[in-house]
Amino acid sequence: MSFAVAAKTQARVASPMAGVTPPILAATGLSARYGHIHALHGVDLRIGEGELVAVLGPNGAGKSTLLRAIMGLSANSGEVRFRDEVLPRHDAVAVAARGLVLVPEGRGLFAPMSVSDNLELGAYRLRDKAEFNRRRERVLTLFPRLKERLGQAAGSMSGGEQQMLALGRALMAGPKLLLLDEPSLGLAPRVTGEILETLGLLNREGLAIVLVEQKAPLALELASRVYLLSLGRIVAELDPRDITSHDDLAQHYFA
Amino acid sequence: MTISPSITSPERRPIRLVGLLPWLFAAAVVGYAMVVGGYAATVVSFALIYAVFVTGLNLFMGFAAQVSFGQNAFAAIGGYMSAVLTASHGWGPLPAMVLGIAAAVLAAAIVGFPALRLKGHYLAMGTLAIGLITYEITVEWQSVTQGYMGISGIPPFGIGPWEVTSDRGQLVLLSLVVAACTFAAGRIRRSRFGRALSAVAGSEEAATALGIAVARYKLVAFLLSAGFAALAGSLFVHIVGYVSPEVFGLHMVIVTFTMLYVGGIGTVAGPLVGALIVSLLPETFRAFKDYQDLAYGAALILLLIYAPRGLASLFAPRGRS
Repeated sequence: MSFAVAAKTQARVASPMAGVTPPILAATGLSARYGHIHALHGVDLRIGEGELVAVLGPNGAGKSTLLRAIMGLSANSGEVRFRDEVLPRHDAVAVAARGLVLVPEGRGLFAPMSVSDNLELGAYRLRDKAEFNRRRERVLTLFPRLKERLGQAAGSMSGGEQQMLALGRALMAGPKLLLLDEPSLGLAPRVTGEILETLGLLNREGLAIVLVEQKAPLALELASRVYLLSLGRIVAELDPRDITSHDDLAQHYFA
Repeated sequence: MTISPSITSPERRPIRLVGLLPWLFAAAVVGYAMVVGGYAATVVSFALIYAVFVTGLNLFMGFAAQVSFGQNAFAAIGGYMSAVLTASHGWGPLPAMVLGIAAAVLAAAIVGFPALRLKGHYLAMGTLAIGLITYEITVEWQSVTQGYMGISGIPPFGIGPWEVTSDRGQLVLLSLVVAACTFAAGRIRRSRFGRALSAVAGSEEAATALGIAVARYKLVAFLLSAGFAALAGSLFVHIVGYVSPEVFGLHMVIVTFTMLYVGGIGTVAGPLVGALIVSLLPETFRAFKDYQDLAYGAALILLLIYAPRGLASLFAPRGRS
C-alpha cells in the first residue's frame, strides 16, 4: 500500500474508535500461518459490544484466516481478548465455550443430517431443555422456511436455505459474538438481502457480529465500521458513511 | 479411498416394517444354522464373531468417519490375553476376557493419543502400522505366544461350572453377545455422544467451532471400537480353542472392511448383515469349485454397484440414508 493512500485513509477517518462501546473483542498482533505461509500479519482489531463490523477484502486477503484465527482454529499467535479475558489461542472448543460462534466458509453444515439435527447440534453444549426449545422456536421464527424442512437432509436444500440453516445453527449455540464468513457467497441477491436483513435485526437486538464479505455494498449498509484487509494486513479502518462511491473502495482494494 | 458413511438421523422415529428386514434376515440365518448345526453352525458362529468386531469398527469408521486399518491389533490383544491366561495360567474365561478387553482399550489409549492427530490417509497408515507391529509381537514373543506354533488347548467359553461346548450353545451365546453389541451401537447412535460423532463425521471444523470436543470424541470412539475388537478376539479363541498370529493378520483387516462396506457403513444393522453375507457368500458359491473366488468377487462387485452404501442402507428410510 502506498503512503499516499494511507495518508488519505487517516485523513478521512477521524478517530474511528471514538464513541464506540467498550470492546467485546480486541485482537492485538494477531498472526496466522498455514505451514510456512504466513496468511495474517499482526492484525489489530476491536469489536465493540453490540457492534456489527464488516471486514472487506479481495479474494485471498486473509478474511477467512482472520476468523479462523480468532476462533483458534488455525496456527496463530498474538493476543485476543474477549470481554477482557484472554482467549486461548489453540483451543477452539474453549473459545466456542465463551460464546464465540463461527459460521465457517462454505457453511460447514452436516450435509447428510436433517435440518432438525443440525439445529440440535448447534446447541450441543446446552443442557437446559427449556432454553433449547426457546432458542429453537426463535430460529424457526426467524427462518420460517427451515420449519417447513425440519426433516429434510441439510445438503439437499438450496444455497439460501443452507445459509439460513448455518445461521440458525449458530444461533442455537447462543452466541455472544457471531463470526460470519461470506454468508452471501453463491446466493441470489434477493436471498442475500433476506439474510442480511436478519443479521441487521439480530444486531439491533444487541448481538455483536463480525461480517466478512467480498461484496462490499451489502455489508456497508449494515456495518458501523469497516476494516479493509489486504494481503493479510488491515490497510484501512473506515466509517461506511464515508464510502460514497464504489471507486472509493476500489482504491483501497487495489492500493 | 473415499469414506462416505451414510449418516442416518439419530432421532428416534417410529419403527418401519422395512427396517426390520435386516434383522429378520439375520435371525433367519442364525435360526437355520441352529437347526442344521454342524458346518453351517461353525460358519455362522465365525460370522457372528466378525459381527462383534465390525460393529466396533463401525463406531469408529461409520459413526465418526475415521479410518483404522489396525483394529486387528486389539483383537489380537484380546485373543492372546484370553488364550494365555486360560490355557497357560488356568484363569476362568470371563476374567481373562475382561482383562483382555481392558488391556486392548489401554493399548488403544496409548496409541490413540498420537495416532488420532493424524487424518485421512495418514491415520490409515498409522493404524496399519499398529496392526503390523502387534502381528510381529505375537510372532516374536515366543515365551508367551509360542510364535507361529500358536497356543492350543484353550477351554471353551464358560462361567464357573457352565461351559458352552455344543455348536448350538455357542450359537446362542454368540447371538446374545451380538444382540447386546448391536443394541449398544443403536443406543450410542441416538445418544448425545452419537450425535457428536455424527458432527465429527460431517465436518470436524464445524463441530469444533460449535464447541464439540472433536479430539476427545474420536478417541472415545477409537477406545470403544478397540473394546469390541478385543471382545471378538477373545470369543474367537474360545470357540476355536486355538490361536496363532495369522488369525489376527492382514486378512482380518480386509475381510472386516469388506463386511463393513457390504453391510452398510454408518448403519446400525450393517455390520451384522455384512458379516453374515460376506461369510456365507463363499459357501454358497462352493458349487462353482475352481471358480468359487471368481464368483465371490463378482458378487461383491455387483453388491457394491447396486448397493453402494451397503445392504442395510437399502432398508433405511428414503431420503435419509
